Amino acid sequence: MSIIEVERLTKYYGRVRGIEDVSFQVEEGEIFGFIGPNGAGKTTTIRLLLALIYPTRGSARIFGKDVFRYGPEIRQDIGYLPGEVFYYERMKVIDLLKYAASFYNRDCTRRMYELAEYMELDLNRRVDELSYGNRKKVGIVQGLMHNPRLVFLDEPTIGLDPLMQRRFFDLIREENARGLTVFFSSHILSEVQRLCHRVAIIREGRIVEIADMETLIRNNYKKIRVVARDVDPSYFDLPGVTNLERTDHAVHFFYRGDINVVLRRMSALNLTDVTIEEPTLEEIFMHYYQRSES
Amino acid sequence: MKANIYWFELRQKRGSILIWSASIVLVALLYLGLFPTFADYAAVLQETLKRFPPEYLEAFGMAGVDLSSVMGYYSFVFTFLQILLALQASNYGFGLIAVEESRMISDFLVSKPVTRVQILTSKLLAAFTALTLTNAVTWASSFLFIELFREGRPYDGRPLILMLGSIAVFQAVFLSMGLAFSLLVPRVRSVTPYGLILSFGGYVLNAFGDLVGDVKLELITPFRHFDPTYIVQHGAYEMPLALLSVAMIVISLAFSYRRYIYRDIPAVV
Repeated sequence: MSIIEVERLTKYYGRVRGIEDVSFQVEEGEIFGFIGPNGAGKTTTIRLLLALIYPTRGSARIFGKDVFRYGPEIRQDIGYLPGEVFYYERMKVIDLLKYAASFYNRDCTRRMYELAEYMELDLNRRVDELSYGNRKKVGIVQGLMHNPRLVFLDEPTIGLDPLMQRRFFDLIREENARGLTVFFSSHILSEVQRLCHRVAIIREGRIVEIADMETLIRNNYKKIRVVARDVDPSYFDLPGVTNLERTDHAVHFFYRGDINVVLRRMSALNLTDVTIEEPTLEEIFMHYYQRSES
Repeated sequence: MKANIYWFELRQKRGSILIWSASIVLVALLYLGLFPTFADYAAVLQETLKRFPPEYLEAFGMAGVDLSSVMGYYSFVFTFLQILLALQASNYGFGLIAVEESRMISDFLVSKPVTRVQILTSKLLAAFTALTLTNAVTWASSFLFIELFREGRPYDGRPLILMLGSIAVFQAVFLSMGLAFSLLVPRVRSVTPYGLILSFGGYVLNAFGDLVGDVKLELITPFRHFDPTYIVQHGAYEMPLALLSVAMIVISLAFSYRRYIYRDIPAVV
């Protein structure tokens, strides 16, 4: 049975588009990436699944139950880390976490202290004194301390320093190995690549692709820039090369295929500089967009 | 009702309960403390008041009031206490949901395993408990200061009990109407201006309603429903109007529950 089943879920805020006809399934035990640029509808989707907002049409089920009818019941086993973390001010972190824990029908105390120690969160600080990154840590502890079956992470790494990001990813992998299903929303392709098994790409409120991470990477484009004296763009006109263009002394193109083919071509040149990059998310979207038009 | 939400919300209001109760004590002390002076010069005062236009006296609740009698004077003071109580109650009403929503912390509660009905009921009960504590302080300070400053002048306890007894319903109207209005407005950024408009609006409507002509607009304000002058003069509530207050509570609450249950919780966009 799928843990999350979403069918043609649509949300309009008045006349403003939130998401349109979004359908996907998340299987038990997987880390599901949900990726798209800001404003694509990632947060809207998560907020619908938590019944914080109501759909215009469509349906969503978690643990086989309708999220809008059985919200309170299924939320016993859901963790949620919001993208923007706001809390009651003038409270100590420990009191806030204890309040959060009091909603669950199990004892969260031990796990709460473990997680706080692991994330190096000072429980005796006041919430309003915390930096953005530390507030995020409060959110992480809060989202995981009741050992949920499913957790929604909405842009979880924003505000965390690189060390903490790595620690957080390790934590998520560990929890996942113990059976936690993870819904991971992000606009940063590389972190989704590091963590997720499967990924859905959302753009302008619609799902444009759902694929295994491996498939996506295999099909992924590289963005290549070559700087060399007197090089003609047509020199790189190989199978798998697209968007070939020239600016000043550089030649730019996207390439998909065996990277050695391009490298061999390059080695014959007297290069000044070369960069091979991951395309930005927006560039990948351009690709999907163009493909869906053709 | 969820006990954890109730106690949390009540604890959040500790400071506010203290401040409002202190204001009540202070106003009651200040005005009732002046009573001996008023009573001594009652004859002169009544003479002076007669020269004011009747609309003016009406507006300040001094028409048909014998300021030299204990209950006459207290009914005049009670209007000021009502203004404070209305302010507190409308602030709580407007803030009940809106404060969390404007600070973007409603996700915290709504994403927990609780129903919206549980959230709203717990919050309402906590706010009403806070109001009841202030109500109790109003009772205590009224009795205390009347005893201290009446200097042996006799008074009838019945209108006093009736006035004080009306507070709970009076507060509930402002609490529930504040809540209902807050759920109508797209986004409440700050609670105080709305609270001021609702409570002072209610007061002004009653005070000056007579001046603006035949439209009996003042009949919708709880200040009119529990007019202290009427209570002292008749030794009873004006029942149809008191029941109108109760009806307003029921309607506001029914509307608020419906609206809150089907509400999209706002988020940062």
